[in-house]
Amino acid sequence: MNRNGLRFGFYAVLVVVAIALPWMAPDFRTQLSFLWVMVVFALTWDLLGGQMGYNSFGNIVFFGIGMYACAVVQRDSGLSYYPGLFVGMGVGAAVAVAAAGILGSGMLGLRGHYFAIGTLGLGIAAGEIAGGWDYIGAGSGLVPPLFPGAIGGRETFFYFICLALAAMTFPTLRWLYAGRFGLVINAIRDDEDKAEAMGIATTRYKTAAWCISALFLGLIGAAAGNLIGFIDPRDVAFAGATYGVWMVLMAILGGKGTLWGPVIGAVIFHVTQELFWTYLLGWQRVALGILIVFIVVFFPLGILGWARERWPERFGHRVEETVAQPKAGQ
Amino acid sequence: MDNILLLFDAPVLSVQLLLDGLLIGAIFALAAYGMALVWGVMNLINIAQGEFVMLGGYTAFFLYTAGIHPLFGIPVAAVIMFFVGWALYRTIIFRIVDKDLFISILATFGLSILLQQLANQIFDADVRTAESGFGSYFLFDGLVTVSQIKLIAFACALIVGAALMLFLKRSRMGQAIRATAQNARAARIMGIDTDRVYAWTFGLNAAICGAAGALVAMTWIVHPYLGLPYTVRAFMIVIVAGLGNVFGVFGAGVGLGVAENFAGFILGAEYQAAFVFGLLVVILVWRRFRLARERRYLR
Repeated sequence: MNRNGLRFGFYAVLVVVAIALPWMAPDFRTQLSFLWVMVVFALTWDLLGGQMGYNSFGNIVFFGIGMYACAVVQRDSGLSYYPGLFVGMGVGAAVAVAAAGILGSGMLGLRGHYFAIGTLGLGIAAGEIAGGWDYIGAGSGLVPPLFPGAIGGRETFFYFICLALAAMTFPTLRWLYAGRFGLVINAIRDDEDKAEAMGIATTRYKTAAWCISALFLGLIGAAAGNLIGFIDPRDVAFAGATYGVWMVLMAILGGKGTLWGPVIGAVIFHVTQELFWTYLLGWQRVALGILIVFIVVFFPLGILGWARERWPERFGHRVEETVAQPKAGQ
Repeated sequence: MDNILLLFDAPVLSVQLLLDGLLIGAIFALAAYGMALVWGVMNLINIAQGEFVMLGGYTAFFLYTAGIHPLFGIPVAAVIMFFVGWALYRTIIFRIVDKDLFISILATFGLSILLQQLANQIFDADVRTAESGFGSYFLFDGLVTVSQIKLIAFACALIVGAALMLFLKRSRMGQAIRATAQNARAARIMGIDTDRVYAWTFGLNAAICGAAGALVAMTWIVHPYLGLPYTVRAFMIVIVAGLGNVFGVFGAGVGLGVAENFAGFILGAEYQAAFVFGLLVVILVWRRFRLARERRYLR
């Protein structure tokens, strides 16, 4: 069987399993929905962090914006549930993209650690502002409208929304990475000054990348707000200390800068977390800290990065066996 | 926003805000000085900076509950935190010193989450304070209060800063630290054990933060989630003042303290944290646009 056939078969199995999951494990539908949320988190983080070399700690901002914008539309538009939800998701995504466009020109001119810490500040500032703003419920949060269907229907419905969003994100990014856009953002990661000297409008590409990231984060945020059923400014919408860090960690765990790495990292991280963390009784976040330090210090390449180092031929890299000559001056 | 009018009606209130800001600013400057030291010498941005302040604060608090006056808690916190910093260097930090800056940011961010959550589990999330038992001065017919402890904390911050400067100037280890900051490889050739220098630097940084934390516990409060704002403030002060500019760090710290107090009063206390983090973004973006005019960027 040829490679394309294998790949098609693999995707087909994946889709069938993903669709069958809510019936295979009906008690875990919320957790399974979150699996797809995590996949979107890791993929959209990797678009900047892995492929473009802009390590953001503030992507959670767009998640929170999408969540709040959708809930406000659902609350104030007067539409019935389903139209309200879908209009809300559209508005949430639009506001998130607009925010990325506006912030992009300012923030993406920062490089390296300045960008990392600037976005960290951005994420926390957003949470603090949301926590003080009465229109969106301030510190006491917002509650999206109740799901009109049968009991238990909500989880299945949002499982498929999250699945659909993850299934949209992956091929979109795959398509983007395969073309000129992917080459440009990789060039920005490798040497931004040279990319600029080659005549690439780097700022435009960087902002576009952030907007794409924000689009999917805004959509998934709108869905996640309804799935959780309660929007807290600091612990759900702009949860920098949980979701915001997890997205970085998942992408690094799987291998940043690879297409499948974030997906694998998200699945492993989420499953491990759901399986073991309930037994840690409040020590979860301590474990999270240990995990971050451990992965970053000992395993910074991630699973796919390690595999690529180990078997480069499998990833389409040509290996030339030459003995490295010591460079002059070393 | 009504509070702006209040400030115009009673200008003496701004004296209060100015004094409070001035006195807390020195403590911010202390944490920032430590961050600049580590950044300059080890090329490492320590996100766990604020957690060292928090741990120093808890040290002073527990000494206080054991019946020791919090003023004596300052040196004790500094010494304990020196060894904590040293131990962290020997276990974790030495592995990331020569790595990419993002790796060090993420690793110390993990460390900060770890320390913060450990403190939450072990010390509870309660807000504590180490009562020093000093009185207050009343100025302008009692409209402006200056508690003595804030003045003492200010003086202590100056003393700690001066002591550190003297240490870096005069002692052998201080000279080795400065040599390593200038050129680590040349320092190694000249026979300096740079690994030991890094351990000392990180320990010293933790000690300064510990002393700052003890002052925070005496004058304000201490709780496990105190850290990140201090880290962000320190980072902000350092990027405004630059590395290795002691008076700049002090000035920027005091300026930040004053700005924060005014913002907290005018916008309302619920937005004070938002102001600190928002200001970081504004400063970074502003500097980025200033530099972009000369086709340069923040390094």
